[in-house]
Amino acid sequence: MSENVPNELLYTEDHEWVRQEGNLVTVGISQFAVDQLGDVTQVDLPNEGEALKRHEVLGSVESVKAVSDVYAPVSGKVVKVNSPLQDSPEYVNEEPYDGGWMAQIELSNPDELKGLMTSAAYEEFLKDHEG
Amino acid sequence: MNAAPTPPPRTTPLCQAHRRLGAKMIDFGGWLMPVNYPSGILDEHKATRTAVGMFDVCHMGEIHFRGARAAEAVQRLVTNHVGKLYDGRAMYTVACNPKGGIVDDLIVYRVKSDHFLIVVNAANIAKDFQHFVEQVGSWCEIRNASDETGLISFQGPKAQACLAHLTRAPLAMLKPFHFLPDVEVAGRPVWIARTGYTGEDGFEIFCAAPDAEPLWQAMLDACAGMGGKPVGLGARDTLRLEARLSLYGNDLTDETTPLEAGLGWVVKFDAGDFIGREALLRQRDAGLQRKLAGFVMLGRGIARHGYPIRDPSTGARVGEVTSGTVGPTVGKNIGLGYVPALLHRAGARLLIDCRGKPTEAEVVEGPFYRR
Repeated sequence: MSENVPNELLYTEDHEWVRQEGNLVTVGISQFAVDQLGDVTQVDLPNEGEALKRHEVLGSVESVKAVSDVYAPVSGKVVKVNSPLQDSPEYVNEEPYDGGWMAQIELSNPDELKGLMTSAAYEEFLKDHEG
Repeated sequence: MNAAPTPPPRTTPLCQAHRRLGAKMIDFGGWLMPVNYPSGILDEHKATRTAVGMFDVCHMGEIHFRGARAAEAVQRLVTNHVGKLYDGRAMYTVACNPKGGIVDDLIVYRVKSDHFLIVVNAANIAKDFQHFVEQVGSWCEIRNASDETGLISFQGPKAQACLAHLTRAPLAMLKPFHFLPDVEVAGRPVWIARTGYTGEDGFEIFCAAPDAEPLWQAMLDACAGMGGKPVGLGARDTLRLEARLSLYGNDLTDETTPLEAGLGWVVKFDAGDFIGREALLRQRDAGLQRKLAGFVMLGRGIARHGYPIRDPSTGARVGEVTSGTVGPTVGKNIGLGYVPALLHRAGARLLIDCRGKPTEAEVVEGPFYRR
């Protein structure tokens, strides 16, 4: 399990992950979310420069089976999006924590990070979630 | 959350086999079914188009009609011409209610002049059986054999070559929509029909429920070396939609008629006095208000069941997507939906409201995929 939940990341209950680097965070969806969705065929990303509040829709990930919104785990300005996903959505399946990242956000309220789960807490959450 | 308790889903005789294969199981219309196996929907789709896909369709219903008036009873129920069938011949058809709405879409198999088998959708078994008995129960014996019958679908360009390893039945001589009762596969008594729901050549194997698992295993072994795979409901949907085969509950309902659904070819008004005939005649003569259209997405977006369809010139909501998905083989996102008859012509533009994003689509005629 733990290789599917990298230690250095933070997580949300909606299965987004967050990697913090100073005032910037990178956001994607977790391996668990990817496993639930199956083959991803389309990714919608926010616009660069867009300001998002926490819990606002950041984008969506669409698989053969279903469409799922991705929410901003923190508030801030979108400084960069992973535009190659437009043509290669399969990166989300292949490397959810790496080539499958979705957006980079400049934190407007770093305290919001305290509301996210650590990898250990997220693993516990998944255990409950899967019953 | 305190949702009302729902009964646990029913399982097919292949449930343990799916679990051993690592399938993701979901409750689909009251049945616990594999939605996909570990290789995923796209891979399963491709395997079916290029080699063989194996499908558990044990949940489907088998209802037998026996007796001197069996043919008459079946003809009362279905819109296609039962009199055109001969022993070993099957046909696709629908059963309608008196208003012409579709009770179910079915395949009717003529076993003998006094024995017909109707295969019905899993979610409709109870409804259909009740309808059949109410309408023609006094005409012949009607028996629901769904629980004791297993059904495995074996589809793809290599289906015949793989299945030939397991049977002496003359597969090469078996034409589409024909079947062989009383043959063997892997030493088990089965019926083999050349039918399917994927747009590929293929077979459906009827067996006794306890034989389903050994047969599944033998067929899996026979096709694995040729690229064959088990396929779940996810790819079943992309395959059938590419072939533009309708799904009951989505594209066909009690409220839609076969004429609206583009199934006019299974309505034979001269076949006999079938239920719904008069309503369908009236609808035909009055002209259709709406029709089921096939469309390909021109803009980025995947149409999904329930998304509104809008008229691009007015923006008004004129219909609803009944099925929509990715078309892995056709390389386009495709769908079906009811639209006003005026918009039902090749090249007409539609707007599909993809969660608030109006996305352009174009109406196309015929199947999205042909083998």
